[in-house]
Amino acid sequence: MSAEFATSRMETAPASTGARLLDLAERHRVLLAGIFLLVFPLVLPFHALAIVILTYGLYALGFNLLFGYLGLLSFGHAALFGGGAYLCGISLVHFGAPWWLGILAGTLGGVLIATLIGSLAIRTRGIYFAMVTLALAQCVYYLFYQAVDWTGGENGLRLPSVTAISPFGIPLNFVDPLTRYYVVAAFVFASLFFLSRILASPFGAVIEGIRENEARARACGYDVTRTRLVAFVLSGAFCGLAGALQALHLAIVPVEMLAIETSGLAVMMCLLGGMGTFFGPFVGAAVFLILENLVSVYTVHWQLVVGVVFIVCVLFFPRGIWGSILHWSRR
Amino acid sequence: MTTDDFGNAGFSRRRALATGAAGLALAASSFRINILKAQEGPIRIGFPCPLTGPYGAEAQNQVMAAQLAVQEFNDAGGLNGRKAELLPRDDKLNPGEAATRTLELIENDKVNFIVGSLSASVQLAINNITKERKVIFNSISQSDAINEASDFSRYTFHEAMNPHMTAGAVGRYAFSKLGKKVVYLLADYAYGYEMARGFQRAGKDLGAETLAEIKHPLGTTDFSTLLPRIQAMRPDILCIINFGRDQQISVKQATDFGLKRNTKIIVPVMLYTARVAGGAQAFDGVVGGTSYYWGLEDKVASAKKFNDAFRKMHRGAIPTDYGAMGYGGVRTLLEAAKMAGTTDTEKVVDAMEALKYDYYKGPQYYRKCDHQSVQSVFILQSKSKDMKTPEDVFDIVHTEEPSESVLRSCAELGHKA
Amino acid sequence: MLAGLTPDLIALQLFTGLALGAVYVLLSIGLSLIFGMLTVVNFAHGAFYMIGAYIGLYALSIGANFWVALLVVPVAVGLVGLAVERVLIRPLYGRGIDYPLLLTFGLGYVMIEVVRIIFGRTGYPFDTPELLQGAVDIWVGYFPLYRLFIIAATAVVLAGLYLFLEKTSFGLIIRAGARDPQIVRILGVDVSKVWLIVFGIGTGIAGLAGLLAAPLQGVAPEMGATILAEAFVVTVVGGMGSLLGAVLAGLLVGVVVSMTSLFAPEMAKVSIFALMAVVLLVRPQGFFGRAGLMS
Repeated sequence: MSAEFATSRMETAPASTGARLLDLAERHRVLLAGIFLLVFPLVLPFHALAIVILTYGLYALGFNLLFGYLGLLSFGHAALFGGGAYLCGISLVHFGAPWWLGILAGTLGGVLIATLIGSLAIRTRGIYFAMVTLALAQCVYYLFYQAVDWTGGENGLRLPSVTAISPFGIPLNFVDPLTRYYVVAAFVFASLFFLSRILASPFGAVIEGIRENEARARACGYDVTRTRLVAFVLSGAFCGLAGALQALHLAIVPVEMLAIETSGLAVMMCLLGGMGTFFGPFVGAAVFLILENLVSVYTVHWQLVVGVVFIVCVLFFPRGIWGSILHWSRR
Repeated sequence: MTTDDFGNAGFSRRRALATGAAGLALAASSFRINILKAQEGPIRIGFPCPLTGPYGAEAQNQVMAAQLAVQEFNDAGGLNGRKAELLPRDDKLNPGEAATRTLELIENDKVNFIVGSLSASVQLAINNITKERKVIFNSISQSDAINEASDFSRYTFHEAMNPHMTAGAVGRYAFSKLGKKVVYLLADYAYGYEMARGFQRAGKDLGAETLAEIKHPLGTTDFSTLLPRIQAMRPDILCIINFGRDQQISVKQATDFGLKRNTKIIVPVMLYTARVAGGAQAFDGVVGGTSYYWGLEDKVASAKKFNDAFRKMHRGAIPTDYGAMGYGGVRTLLEAAKMAGTTDTEKVVDAMEALKYDYYKGPQYYRKCDHQSVQSVFILQSKSKDMKTPEDVFDIVHTEEPSESVLRSCAELGHKA
Repeated sequence: MLAGLTPDLIALQLFTGLALGAVYVLLSIGLSLIFGMLTVVNFAHGAFYMIGAYIGLYALSIGANFWVALLVVPVAVGLVGLAVERVLIRPLYGRGIDYPLLLTFGLGYVMIEVVRIIFGRTGYPFDTPELLQGAVDIWVGYFPLYRLFIIAATAVVLAGLYLFLEKTSFGLIIRAGARDPQIVRILGVDVSKVWLIVFGIGTGIAGLAGLLAAPLQGVAPEMGATILAEAFVVTVVGGMGSLLGAVLAGLLVGVVVSMTSLFAPEMAKVSIFALMAVVLLVRPQGFFGRAGLMS
């Protein structure tokens, strides 16, 4: 990825009021995200969609950490997302784990699979990295597909219904859509906070340094390979968590979550929203899913619309929606 | 992470927000945003099916047939004047998408009933959501799992046939008429296994011998690598168990490899659309089962009536096998609501259980323990000659009358007596 | 499971694998050519394959015969390819390798959906040309004539491509351009025109492959989607940008699939990806790829 997408978060001097506002927004981005998460379901037509936007957004966020911030294009992220979902589901179905343990299992599942795929793939570069991750993700797909006793195979893994949960002793009705939304939103908020801290840390600086100039980062004594692996594993944690939340929300883990198309979806959402930007993945997920929801009611050819939007984005808005907004207001 | 660098501000901010979120969530849940179904206004029927993608044409036919059922109901005055309304949604053949759509239909559109699906995994995903929320779901695609106690609920109905009865009927016909030495070529997923199990059960009683059971990955586009081996085994019957494009390609390539010279090809479900896409030559002589074929109109009065109404509404088009189930699935629910005089879920379930109906293919009813529609199975043979119209592609060679004896017993499915 | 496994059957299976591989070769040689020259990973390649079959179908429906279609289809698909390169891909040169990849990813969606709008969502049958129906004895058993024809047609295309690249001055430019486009540009060659034509040739061959595959499996809008992933595997195993690699890897993948089908048919698909993962872990640039490409 070329340098122009660096969000250049704090560095640029604000020129206009709009830019100053945006700069302020970027500085308090976690706070802003929190407020947005609170009001979001009130704007949207139905809550199940809002939840799916959050889970896909979190998934795209995990992908963005690798693609947007580190410049590594993975075509195998479905393995992390679906793997997290399956491990959450398996812990609930086969071990009778409570919901929170399922979420933990899903996150750790994402970490585990990311460690496995990452340590194998990280040695390759560029287009080969995309292809190796794709091949390994396909292997993960077939592994889960074949383990019918554990995963339900093609039929998908149906989760026992989680109806009532009580985090910190507060009883909540998990069937109620709005409650369910806020539970998921709390996890997403925590993830955003965590990501914000990572990016602001010295490790975040190394990540961007490697994307901008790998040779220089190496010359400065940074272990590039290790940094990549750590980023991949962190990405796996976000994606695994997203998968687990989605599994709990939909009460099923379909094997399609591991398919190539799901990997493509992360790329698409990230590109649409703006790669390498903090809010981009969520903007991309929201725009994509809302668009799909609206268009598919009117025409069965909504894939045409998706394809055209994709092409237009690549040709004219390579920064994505959020990235373009940031760019224009800074000019 | 060292907290010093970041300052405590961030931490307390987060905590404040987290507390706020929890508080709001609590408030929301105490309001108890209810997902009650409307008892006034139109009767709304959610209809998830794969409108986009490879089975789009099939799904379109399902919607067309469902629209007919709704229109007939409305023309007849509805439920004491309450009209019905169909809400088709695209599930993209993806269970996750189907689950989201189903939640939308229940939470946002407040539908009274859900009818639909075109694959086993999708119907199981929908059912997993509807049963928790006590919404009636009438599934119109094949699955054995949905009958089993672990997935079944009082709100689950299955208008489609299931693999056990379909494969059983085709097997009983083929093994007694066409030969005993069988090779199975099946798609490597639940549909394939369930069908193969059904065939082998039927074959056991008739002394059929399984020479080999060869699994192929779903979505295989070239079967040439499997065919020489099958040919070398010289079976009487090659039983090809797969669906849609897989079926169309495998039947065509088996024909190209000359397997039909010594072997009869049978399939559990012979799809009208796969036959049309596959061509008369490739499918010539292939025997398979179906839940419905338009040619039934010569024998069954209700089929004639259904076909005519369908043609009239949709400019001469004919209903397909899966399409017809869309009609049956919607009409049974609407008739049950009429009988119950209400859309109240519990009362409609009772009415459905009591229903004896003949809407499009002869007499049917829902078995009490698993809500499986007991119905006849038709055995078809594909033809390439003497076709009166382009739609005249099959001969009905046998009809297996509706009987609970061809289903797995309630006890076997895990239902308590 | 292994009943009836004879040497003859194994030999026949090998042959089946070669015929299967021939289609992979045709697809991946175009992919590789395009990647080698333009560094574009063409995710719409499967869609070009698919429209090749549909254009063939259309040609037959208006009275052309199969042999005419064999000539018309690659040209027609190649023209579509030219238009795509000129209008959509050219603006992206110099913007990084990911952009053309993402664009063609979206383009694939559009092409499939447009075909669905024009020809409908269900597929069509496609009869084997009369001259090529039936099976012939190839010592180890009977083998469908049409599949032999596919092997032969692939050989002809490869020979033609070889002559074009090795014996014509334009081929010389292409080969030089693949090594170092900058030098070629300095020498006064209009590189953009070369790229345009290479994209046309690559997609044209993909269209031909689609037409050749049509009598085997019929025609459907989704026909390019599954085979695209397999063609990518072939390209990557052979080494991105290497034509020789594409040919050898294509045949290898065909044989691996057919042999897996013999012993563990349900593993046929995963075997392709397992092969790719193993090759890439041992030799990250594939058989004939250059190390460090596109890093």
